[in-house]
Amino acid sequence: MKVYGTEIASRLLLGTAQYPSPAVLAEAVASSGTEVITVSLRRETADGSGAGFWEGLRQTGCRILPNTAGCHSVQEAVTTARMARELFDTAWIKLEVIGHSDTLQPDVFGLVEAARVLSSEGFQVFPYTTDDLVVGEKLLDAGCEVLMPWGAPIGSGQGLRNPDGLRAMRAHFPDVPLIVDAGIGRPSDAAQAMELGMDAVLLNTAVAKAGNPAGMARAMALAVEAGRLGYEADPMERRDMAVPSTPVLGLAEFA
Amino acid sequence: MKIIVNAEPRDVSATDLQTVLDELGFACSAVATALNGTFIARGKREGVLLTEGDRLEVLAPMQGG
Repeated sequence: MKVYGTEIASRLLLGTAQYPSPAVLAEAVASSGTEVITVSLRRETADGSGAGFWEGLRQTGCRILPNTAGCHSVQEAVTTARMARELFDTAWIKLEVIGHSDTLQPDVFGLVEAARVLSSEGFQVFPYTTDDLVVGEKLLDAGCEVLMPWGAPIGSGQGLRNPDGLRAMRAHFPDVPLIVDAGIGRPSDAAQAMELGMDAVLLNTAVAKAGNPAGMARAMALAVEAGRLGYEADPMERRDMAVPSTPVLGLAEFA
Repeated sequence: MKIIVNAEPRDVSATDLQTVLDELGFACSAVATALNGTFIARGKREGVLLTEGDRLEVLAPMQGG
């Protein structure tokens, strides 16, 4: 998969939040085989706790995708993105403009506006969006070269609530990298997303909150790979009725 | 001078942003700053003078999804 000119071999992107410990996070990152991890920015304390976390991230060797999580306005998201670019030394930004506190669904109007501002400043924007095709068009017009539709509300683990919407996105944007961001709960959800033709999956809570995060990270990686291979192998069409797989021709008659 | 740092009122004697960060003990850590909602790049901190009641945000890398 290529995003903003960068080739990424692993189609699993992993969040770094909610793990029981930094060591467990490191194990999960390693066993997932991911090349891209998401991070955030929060208020620093005078003891420099953020610096320690940052050093741990560097050691993973992964590419960093900072987010604007928690931002509810264009101004907040743009300012956070500018701070992230300096702090993490990357033009990549996972752009979130949250529109509703309970569902954490994106404010797509603010999202498009923020994407336009940031793209004009040289950012490479990864927008967390819905599966709305028109919003997708507007994000591309704003300068985005990748779209990240949600599968279900962030942290819900509900899986893909609207597979048809994702299928329509794939058909409508055949050449745009599509990354399902949010809502994945189980490996089968990740496989389903990939079977629909998504280019990658970004998840966090499903791994971080598993009983065995490293084990789940590995399971997700295999599911993503299996789903992708299945998509590329062109699955059969579903049928309404049974069709015998064993040849009927030459069947013996005993009656 | 009283300013608000990460939502907490602080009394500082320094008058420019870089020196305030030093005074508050942030100098050794990797941080990004915003003053009154506007991002201030690292290289411009020395030239930014603070005034009473300014709101300073000092952010650092953190876990995120």
